[in-house]
Amino acid sequence: MKVGVPRALLYYKYFPLWETFFSELGAEVVLSSPTNKRILNLGTEAAENEVCLPVKIFYGHVISLKDKVDALFIPRIVSVEGGAYTCPKFLGLPDMIRALDVDLPQIISPTFNLKLGLREFYRSVYELGGFFTKNLFKIVMAFQKGLNKLDSFENLLHDGHLLNEALAGRFFPAPKGRLRIGVVGHPYNIFDQYISMNLIERLQKKGIKVLTAEMVEEEVVDKIVTGLQKKLFWTYEKDVVGAVFHWLDAKSVDGIIYVLSFACGPDSLIQILIEHEAKQQGFSVPIMPIVIDEHSGEAGLVTRLEAFVDMMSRKVGSEKS
Amino acid sequence: MKLTFPHMGTLDMVLSDLFSRLETDFIIPPKTSVKTVNLGTKHAPEFACFPLKVTIGNLIEGLEAGADAVVMVGGIGPCRFGFYAEVQNKILRDAGYDFEMIVLEPPTTDIKDFMKKCKKIAPKKTLWQIFQAVRVGWKKAVAIDEVEKKVLKTRCFEKNFGDTTAMHKKALAVLGKAITPREIQMARDKALSVIDGAKKDFENNPLKIGIVGEFYVLLEPCINFDIERYLGQKGIYLERSVYLTDWISFSKKNPVMGLSNDEVAKAAKPYLSHFVGGEGQATVGHVVKFAEEGFDGVIQLLPFTCMPEIIAKSVLPKIHRELDIPVLTLVIDEQTGRAGIITRLEAFIDLLWSKRKKKLSIVG
Repeated sequence: MKVGVPRALLYYKYFPLWETFFSELGAEVVLSSPTNKRILNLGTEAAENEVCLPVKIFYGHVISLKDKVDALFIPRIVSVEGGAYTCPKFLGLPDMIRALDVDLPQIISPTFNLKLGLREFYRSVYELGGFFTKNLFKIVMAFQKGLNKLDSFENLLHDGHLLNEALAGRFFPAPKGRLRIGVVGHPYNIFDQYISMNLIERLQKKGIKVLTAEMVEEEVVDKIVTGLQKKLFWTYEKDVVGAVFHWLDAKSVDGIIYVLSFACGPDSLIQILIEHEAKQQGFSVPIMPIVIDEHSGEAGLVTRLEAFVDMMSRKVGSEKS
Repeated sequence: MKLTFPHMGTLDMVLSDLFSRLETDFIIPPKTSVKTVNLGTKHAPEFACFPLKVTIGNLIEGLEAGADAVVMVGGIGPCRFGFYAEVQNKILRDAGYDFEMIVLEPPTTDIKDFMKKCKKIAPKKTLWQIFQAVRVGWKKAVAIDEVEKKVLKTRCFEKNFGDTTAMHKKALAVLGKAITPREIQMARDKALSVIDGAKKDFENNPLKIGIVGEFYVLLEPCINFDIERYLGQKGIYLERSVYLTDWISFSKKNPVMGLSNDEVAKAAKPYLSHFVGGEGQATVGHVVKFAEEGFDGVIQLLPFTCMPEIIAKSVLPKIHRELDIPVLTLVIDEQTGRAGIITRLEAFIDLLWSKRKKKLSIVG
């Protein structure tokens, strides 16, 4: 059985787990190709126009993949930790895709909700495994193997490797420059090279060491966000806020670039938290938000990056002298 | 301490009644206007949802008028609304306002904290007295909504243009004076009969349109260009998916709308099988219900970038294909103009009439 996984959204978080799980159960995993103009156009045509860019891209991947596979894997990931949700869009994603007016293969969409506890979570795992085998033991083993794979993937990130390198399993030496820039935002925006217009590579070419939110360990994030007056109820945004707060606190970066996609709900509010915190610290670490959508142009990004990097090198230079 | 709060439809009437019962000082911010929206847009993040922008404008106007405390409700997500209070607090402080922020989180998360906040709002009253005040105030709030529901349903029959709106004002004035439970009960009956006072012509067979969507833009006529009045005066029978008390109510039953949350979720199931925060699933469920009840069309209202409603909007085409019910989606934000909305409404009404005529000619 060929299972299609769209190379978008939570692919960037959990693909090592999914891939291992499916192939252990004897399924063939088919990934859509990296985002390109065609996929973007397919997505923008199919999706409602108010939908945010990453979800439009997801639509594009689904449509480009649908005729090549026997089933599409579009899980409904409601919650990945107790007391918090993912983004509402992830809660409705399978239904949004099913409402498309095109012929779709079977859609495998188990609901994962850790808010309901581990028991319900594993029930969903069995349900998912049940598509491929009736052997409970095999499902458990496959899932365990997947979790191990995910663990080693996340360890690579914590060791300071970039997400796309860890996913591909090919590593390049980090640039030797003095400047360190933290790039935060959703991994499906930053590491989709088409959406982010090679943001990270552009910085690296200038000899800048790039840090991302994935490199900050969970414990550090959880500890630092306890300082917030109100607990953030979006897990992925909590990671972003936690990373920024950690960097601001430890002064471990010279500047922060914050990538948001236009019309992203949670991003619009945590932007306030981040800017408020930076203001409290007297803007000692410069922050630049970059808002992207399907109309973003490369020239605009390049100009802003150059200005930001110039400003930072001047700042760091004057501090050293 | 002088409290202020954001506007939302008749919320000011409900809260001023409650605060007077609690002997708490309060200031009602000026009615939502272009100035309010401009203030909010200036301070709020660019693509925050529209209600956040407007409520920030309300709070600024309230604080400028002399309030020194803000009362808001919280939430546990995943809709952005749950984080409003936190963000409003940060934005207003960054803008240089000094005030106390009282955020009522749902009592199910932390009952002690909830009671503490209640005491803060009404320091002169005991918890029992607060409970009693809320209980009586609630009755009045439900009555206000019942009157509103009746206005929506009967405006299309009015003989003289604008009569129903005038009677609505009168009815609210009657309710406003009621204080004790007995008085509220009497005022409710009187207010409902006041609405009947407008001359009606029940001969015509009006178009039936259901209105669904995000509660804030549904409830706040200043923001939705009062489209309910516009449609009613065009002779259209209206029903709405949510009323103020339905939204506040913790119970799953909706006292004014009637349908329980479970029934609505069940209707939505084939199209949106999981809740998505806010009214996303309810919107879908209500569209299905309206289609089943033989409504001619549905209008969905949502603020720009509203996540749950966008999900609902994304599955609506499927409902349209399967149940053959036309849905007009209106997205509202600070850039929306009245003329644009009216043009689209007129076109929608024309479409519904021609659809009905077609149906009749097939039957005949």
